[in-house]
Amino acid sequence: MTQVSNLLLGGVFHAAALFLVAAGLQLVFGVQKILNLACGSFYALGAYAGISAVKAALAAGVPAPLFLVVLIGAGLALGVLGPPIERLLRTIYDRDEAFQLLLTFALVLMLEDVIRFVWGAAPYQLGGVYLVYGQVRLGAVSIPVYNFVVIGAGLAVAAGMGFVLARTRFGRIVRATAENRGMAEALGVDMARVSSRVFTLGLVLGTVGGALVIPAGAAVNEMGIELIVEAFAVVVIGGLGSMRGALVGAVIVGVLKAVAIAVYPEAEMLAIYVIVIGVLLFRPAGLFARAAA
Amino acid sequence: MTRLLALAGVLAAVAAVPFSGRDYYATLMLPFFAYSVALLGLNLLFGTTGLLSFGHALFVAVGGYTAAFLASALQIRSLEAMLLAAVTVAAIVALPVGWLCVRYVKIYFGMLTLAFGMLFYSFLYKFYALTGGDEGIPIGRPSLLGRGFGELDKTTYLIGPYYYYSLALAVVATLVMWRIVRSPLGLSLRAIRENADKAEYVGVRVRRYRFYAFVLAAVFGAAGGVLLVVPTGLAAPPLAYWTHSGNLVFMLLLGGFGHFFGPALGAFVFIFLQDQVMSVTEYWRFVFGAVLAAVVIFLPHGLMGVLTRRADA
Repeated sequence: MTQVSNLLLGGVFHAAALFLVAAGLQLVFGVQKILNLACGSFYALGAYAGISAVKAALAAGVPAPLFLVVLIGAGLALGVLGPPIERLLRTIYDRDEAFQLLLTFALVLMLEDVIRFVWGAAPYQLGGVYLVYGQVRLGAVSIPVYNFVVIGAGLAVAAGMGFVLARTRFGRIVRATAENRGMAEALGVDMARVSSRVFTLGLVLGTVGGALVIPAGAAVNEMGIELIVEAFAVVVIGGLGSMRGALVGAVIVGVLKAVAIAVYPEAEMLAIYVIVIGVLLFRPAGLFARAAA
Repeated sequence: MTRLLALAGVLAAVAAVPFSGRDYYATLMLPFFAYSVALLGLNLLFGTTGLLSFGHALFVAVGGYTAAFLASALQIRSLEAMLLAAVTVAAIVALPVGWLCVRYVKIYFGMLTLAFGMLFYSFLYKFYALTGGDEGIPIGRPSLLGRGFGELDKTTYLIGPYYYYSLALAVVATLVMWRIVRSPLGLSLRAIRENADKAEYVGVRVRRYRFYAFVLAAVFGAAGGVLLVVPTGLAAPPLAYWTHSGNLVFMLLLGGFGHFFGPALGAFVFIFLQDQVMSVTEYWRFVFGAVLAAVVIFLPHGLMGVLTRRADA
């Protein structure tokens, strides 16, 4: 029993980060209609920057329990990259999807080397803060409190995004733009500004996601291009453009991966792709897609 | 006529490379032949039919692994047998995969092909007994048309008999593809690309023709995959990774997918540019990302678009 709950918690922990990245992917796809391959690279960037920021903060005498704030701050600070990257993408909004996909692939290649240049090729680790908040005993296993913090943060972001999209003026504009870009523009929406903000928000979701998970592991060069595949699985399962779909998809992928690793390690990624292909076969638009998404 | 002459000139120049005495550049031509063949397939799918696959590396890997498996597990040395087996296996794999994928178009097609590619990647990576896991499967020197060339050292073999074998295969593959693109099938595929609804309306069975294109693309991809693994002597999982598919699409766009010879030009420039950039900096991905971004934004018709515009003007 404890083993099962331990397994599920591990899966949900991974799902929380996955949700953040996938939510960014969905948001950008909804408004800009671009499938952003680089969202995994944002995640990796957030992870590396988060480690550096926490190390610098600890060296400067910031008390260890505040590292969570530093991590989130580092993720948010990377938001400055949003507007210039969006400006680059803006040149091809009216082109074929193939070009859009390839331009984000170009970003993947470039960001991978930016990370290699700044932080090197060796794994980069943030030791010593993971257990600062202590552990909870659950029967025979103990689980770091930090895992719950990340899961809570993921849920909080989900709720916050839901609120922003459903209730605020900005959210209404975003939804209107996703629905019908031309009409929204005709009604006076400043498309350049909305695109820039939405893209930055999507980027920050990815960087914060990367920053949040990193105390539990090590940052490696390939983490971005590996995560993008999982994020794709999430949005295919959940349905392109759907926030609720991202949440459910992330939980499915996260838990499935954890279970597969425990039960039959060979099937780790295999299990995820089988689900993806199954969903595409029986619910081609995903579990939560709106019509004509 | 001028085009034919230009083509003959290029072919003669390519055939003369091994005599230049610069063996290193001759070995760089080997992946060029391999990618040219693989990209013929990808271009049939994208340039002709309008379906962007982000999983073409799947079939390149199927080809490479089939050849390596034949060499290592079954002790088969004949390259012809390897090619035959590779294209057969690729076609068999492409039947269910293509049947599923061609139900979708645009971004969904891209995502689904990527998912299948990664499915195969994790299969290669995890099923150690069959695929060698992360170490892959080594492939020894295959015999060409029944001759082993055991008396030659590795480089002489590669830039000698193997070079011309690859070149000949690339030429044959190009001729076959030329014929396909100009057949009624090719015409139907182009009609589908331009307007699938209208094509359906005038009697083109859209899904079936897309499926044919998919299987043909897989066959060319696998043949390219065989040519690709022989010089490196190894079939390894990165062959199937999604970034490899991304690089294939990169080459296609770099050369220009609207032109029949665009993909070959793209492969050539990609390989030699990569070689040059890597000798200057280890951060070649950054340079390539910048090049790709520039091509996407400023040269949507690729290098071939630039060349032919000059020629037409």
